[in-house]
Amino acid sequence: MITIGHYVFVSSVLFVLGVLGIFLNRKNIIIILMAIELILLSVNINLVAFSAFLHDLVGQIFAMFVLTVAAGEAAIGLAILVIYFRGRGTIAVDDVNRMKG
Amino acid sequence: MIQLLAFYLFATLVIVSGLSTILARNPVHSVLWLILAFFNAAGLMVLVGAEFIAMLLVIVYVGAVAVLFLFVVMMLDVDFATLRAGFVQNAPLGLLIAVVLVAELLLGTGAVHSGALVLGTADAATAAPQNLSNTAAIGALLYGRYLFLFETAGIILTVAMIGAIVLTHRKRGDVRSQNISQQNARRPQDATVNLKPGVGQGVEL
Repeated sequence: MITIGHYVFVSSVLFVLGVLGIFLNRKNIIIILMAIELILLSVNINLVAFSAFLHDLVGQIFAMFVLTVAAGEAAIGLAILVIYFRGRGTIAVDDVNRMKG
Repeated sequence: MIQLLAFYLFATLVIVSGLSTILARNPVHSVLWLILAFFNAAGLMVLVGAEFIAMLLVIVYVGAVAVLFLFVVMMLDVDFATLRAGFVQNAPLGLLIAVVLVAELLLGTGAVHSGALVLGTADAATAAPQNLSNTAAIGALLYGRYLFLFETAGIILTVAMIGAIVLTHRKRGDVRSQNISQQNARRPQDATVNLKPGVGQGVEL
């Protein structure tokens, strides 16, 4: 029998993996963005699992809004990445200390 | 039984592919592992009966976000080996924070068993109806009670789209693009002349 505990375990592991990914790949902003997507995915799994086990649909509605914001965040993040690369020729972000408009 | 088997399959694969996403040497492989993680997460959601969100996850993440990542990774000409330089020296801090997070999560989930936390019951207005499919129930709720939130989500997507276009759009100097207002302002009498030259005479323009 699958319980809510199973789902909470999976999403917790995925969340920790996402945070670990941000720290392990501090220079590579593409992997950092992917790690953020992993974190949002784990949050979505948690929302949907609780929504199903409590018989309350609001969790699934909210998961859709999280999905919307994640898609927008990925688009804007990658757009910023592209113009950063155009200006400096690299995507190493551990020395971003120059911000000119 | 088959459900439990499917759950363990999906759960193992989602964790393995999540781990491979953050550890892969090649970012293209990272994106592909991320796609596998999304598919298996969708499988986990189908298992609890949330088919609509599961399919949305596949369409939005695999169809749009992952392809965007793949596109950017392949478009940028970056030496990814140098970006991996600090991998080992960052590891201790990352692992420390991961351990702290795991401990916090264990504490948090363990608090349920202490009996102080009551999860509560579903709101009657948002309880999953028995006679409707998952998609129909979500639609009824989304276009009724959460209509304004839904439209706000649409506005957020529009702003994100315009922002991404404005950020990446650039004026190029080496193309001759059409100037529509200049074209419309041009009148025939400015541009053409009617002449009646005699036979054998040239035309002076």
